[in-house]
Amino acid sequence: MMHNRQLATANVGVAVGAFGVATFLAFMQALSRAALDLPWRSPKMYYLSVTGHGVLMALVFTTFFIMGLGVALTTRALGRPLRYPRLAWLAFWVATVGSLGALWAIFWGKATVLYTFYPPLEAHPVFYIGLTLLVVGSWIWSAVTLGTYAAWRREHPGVPAPLAVHGILATIIVWLLATIGVAAEMLFQLIPWSLGLVETVDPLLARMLFWYFGHPLVYFWLIPAYVVWYTVLPKEAGGRLFSDPLARMVFALFIILSTPVGFHHQFMDPGISAGWKMLHTVNTAAILFPSLVTAFTVTASLEVAGRMRGATGLWDWIKRLPWGNPLVSSVILSMILFALGGIGGAVNAAFGMNSVVHNTAWIQGHFHLTVGSAVALTFMGGAYWLVPKLVGRDLELDLLARVQPFLWFVGMLLFSLANHVTGLMGMPRRVYEVGYAGNAITSHWQNLTLVSALGGVLLFVSASFFLLVMLGTVLAGRRREQPALEFAEPLAGKPERPLIFDRIWLWVVVAIVLVVIAYAYPLASHLAMERFGSPGFKPF
Amino acid sequence: MHVDIYERFWMWGAGAIVAIFLGITAFAAISQGRVPPSHAETVDPRNVWTDPRFAERGVKTNPDGSVEVTMVALMFAFQPNEIRVPAGTPVTFRLTSADVLHGFQIIGTNANTMLVPGYVSQFTTEFDRPGQYLIVCNEYCGLSHQGMFATLIVEEGE
Ligand SMILES: [Cu+2]
Ligand SMILES: [Cu+2]
Repeated sequence: MMHNRQLATANVGVAVGAFGVATFLAFMQALSRAALDLPWRSPKMYYLSVTGHGVLMALVFTTFFIMGLGVALTTRALGRPLRYPRLAWLAFWVATVGSLGALWAIFWGKATVLYTFYPPLEAHPVFYIGLTLLVVGSWIWSAVTLGTYAAWRREHPGVPAPLAVHGILATIIVWLLATIGVAAEMLFQLIPWSLGLVETVDPLLARMLFWYFGHPLVYFWLIPAYVVWYTVLPKEAGGRLFSDPLARMVFALFIILSTPVGFHHQFMDPGISAGWKMLHTVNTAAILFPSLVTAFTVTASLEVAGRMRGATGLWDWIKRLPWGNPLVSSVILSMILFALGGIGGAVNAAFGMNSVVHNTAWIQGHFHLTVGSAVALTFMGGAYWLVPKLVGRDLELDLLARVQPFLWFVGMLLFSLANHVTGLMGMPRRVYEVGYAGNAITSHWQNLTLVSALGGVLLFVSASFFLLVMLGTVLAGRRREQPALEFAEPLAGKPERPLIFDRIWLWVVVAIVLVVIAYAYPLASHLAMERFGSPGFKPF
Repeated sequence: MHVDIYERFWMWGAGAIVAIFLGITAFAAISQGRVPPSHAETVDPRNVWTDPRFAERGVKTNPDGSVEVTMVALMFAFQPNEIRVPAGTPVTFRLTSADVLHGFQIIGTNANTMLVPGYVSQFTTEFDRPGQYLIVCNEYCGLSHQGMFATLIVEEGE
């Protein structure tokens, strides 16, 4: 098990490092966007930085953190070491080498294509190959985790998997299904094209494949966060999980609903018929349901915790929660921000309203509440809980750790509310400057970009606290035997018999059927249409 | 499977929210024709400037009084970069890109579409308020992306 701990530490370590670099880039961008006069401020630096921030946060930080968390949770919950530890290390190294390659291309200015890398903007082949290796690494990790689960299953026939493992399995299935899209885009389109083996690429097909991957990518981040909410938070708050079966239902629903929704990112695209966009809208609305159920179950679990700590009246339990525990405060604050993000998400997903906000600052306001808060803040809280146990040291600088989630909360509120409002006023996202030759309407945006920059400064201070705590813990935390990873007990006791939600294969089949319904016809008719490819462009 | 009574209520409520959301969206789509621009037509991006559909760009008034605007986006401008249309008349935009992805958004309206090389974006809208509008590219297209905009002037209808 020692070995597994080192592996988890290595993965979390890369994640935290990527987070540190990305957070610095974000800070510069927020100031630059507010037109503050920074040294080296230029369009080239800005777009390079946006690319670096997106790739490091959305792809590197998340993937490595999930791999590390996954190793730690599955080995502990199953009570057995990884089945193929060498392969697990191979996964780590393949993903690391791939990420370094992609970052080399970005920071040497050869891949300023943003993290969505839409062709016919053409990056250096190493960028595409590096990101592909990151995905390949995550596939190896997935195979190792599945193999470990299979071994456990043989030893324990007929019992339901521990809830945390059920959630990690859902994560892996969503990921394997999702990455088919981006793998196809990379292998059949972008890599051969960037190597000069084929001359042109179909940009719309690339967008369809990218967003086939891009939405479930969000759930690849979110499901592990939910695993922490369901299985760790109630325990740390001093209570019990309110409903184990419903948590299992939520993970099963994510398996089937995460993927057949990608067109909601392409409402404004030509070449995809409105009917298919509508079908994806239906699926998108359905995916609200498991998150709403989660909101109830997790809140109820917190109330249980408060009452077990002696709360009496209607609201007293909130006060009784251990707000000084950084995992608890991180997760609760991330849930509040996520609720706001969910309301905005409903606007994005509404077919007709999307045209008001598409590609405006609203969108970046939105996903900083979802991935930037629900996921990132939960992962930071998770790190406060996990890293001391992995390295066998006390959490150092714990005062900073206690303040940090609240700073993030305030910073993110300022940042994202300002961006939601400027977005509604029409300000586009991912733009170096929004002056448009002094056009009158743009003057209304300027003050709000300052508010968002202020939010960015607070977020940067918060992120720096997090990094200091991590560094301090690993280097200077007091070496001491740490309490083992422990999971919350369900209120009604451990489930004895598996439910329908535990029949993972059934849900995999349903998921595949839904994907085929949502994508087979639009993709086939797209491929059958007369199409013209695009040559590449490198305007950076 | 035991489910707490309050959570049961909540789940019915959650289901209702999803249903209401879909109902409103479907109603707007079917009865008011509020659907996103989804025109399917292809064009060779390397021959955009000579393609008969885009060789002549600008504003054209059809015999039935409807107005058609043809524009091409390129790094880092719209061609033409100023257009004039009458207020209170349906205007059909026909747009494409000559190089990379661009966006087309008329600030202060809900006119918004992606411009994908190889594809023609088309949508119809009406402007009620006369005045000057800013059109921006809202999809990153290279280092001068922030300088890519055009002007729409909506004139008092006759
Ligand atoms: Cu999405
Ligand atoms: Cu552009």
